[in-house]
Amino acid sequence: MSRGWGTVILLGVLTILLKGAAPILAGGRQIHVGPTAVLSHLAPALFAALIVTQVFARDRVLVVDARAAGLIVALLGSWRRAPPLAILVSAVAVTAAFRHLS
Amino acid sequence: MQLLHQQPSRPRDVSEYWNGARLALPIAAVIGAIGTLFGYMATTAGLTPLAAIVMSGTTFAGSAQFAAITVLASGGSVYTAVGSSLLMNARFVPMGMAISPAFRGSIWKRLLFAQLVVDEAWGIAYLGEGRFSKERLAGSGLVLYVTHICSTGLGAVLGKTLGNPAEWGLDAAFPALFVILLWPHLRNASRIVAALLAATIALTLTPVTSPGIPILAAAVAAFVGGQRL
Repeated sequence: MSRGWGTVILLGVLTILLKGAAPILAGGRQIHVGPTAVLSHLAPALFAALIVTQVFARDRVLVVDARAAGLIVALLGSWRRAPPLAILVSAVAVTAAFRHLS
Repeated sequence: MQLLHQQPSRPRDVSEYWNGARLALPIAAVIGAIGTLFGYMATTAGLTPLAAIVMSGTTFAGSAQFAAITVLASGGSVYTAVGSSLLMNARFVPMGMAISPAFRGSIWKRLLFAQLVVDEAWGIAYLGEGRFSKERLAGSGLVLYVTHICSTGLGAVLGKTLGNPAEWGLDAAFPALFVILLWPHLRNASRIVAALLAATIALTLTPVTSPGIPILAAAVAAFVGGQRL
């Protein structure tokens, strides 16, 4: 089995179980959620890690290239609360432009 | 887990299905764009179009799917790809706990409804004061689910025809998408600290560890951020 299909199947099965765990165990009853401080910090931590590795890493080497321009555009767009599609298109266009000019 | 009380059953309101679907339509446009991008990037990362579509159908969580193919594209193993994606999906546990009282019927029915829980549908289903509408979840979730799968298929087909994504600047789409997803989370100092610490950990480990490991290790930052609350 390829890496791709292995990931698809394993991630699919585990996500289905993860999503279904509480509704199956609770059986229509209320569950006390409890402290979720760590869980609420997982998403920002992982997003930040994914961003920097996507922008500044290439084959285990840290680099600064056209992708950094796209990141700056995305940060500015989010800060100014631009529509998500506009942010995506702008970041892609600026990265492509920087790459062709450099 | 502490069981508190049984929520009384309510009559099924068919119009709430349509309300959920109607409320999801504007969001579906964004989900469609993200799904198309995912299908495209997944095929350029080595997945077959069918594998990309199956991932959207079984995982149905955009950020986790992007995390998985990001790790795969950088040469990471199946386990690091799945591990980083599951950490991303960990939020579904408390979300599932909150919405559980709205689910009735057999274990299979509850499992099926639970698969429609994504951030947007969960938000639409929320009625306030801790109550959720199963009908709204189903209406909105189905619209988003069908959109996600169809757009993934469209992107996967495009991926076979457009060639190298870097030439189009599409390698910047992933981080831009993650910035969009990250921004609403930066509402207090402890989350900003967690994000900055995670970025530092990931960059520090990138040159010295296997692909995917920096992402998993960066999750430690969540525990540091969480302890600051």
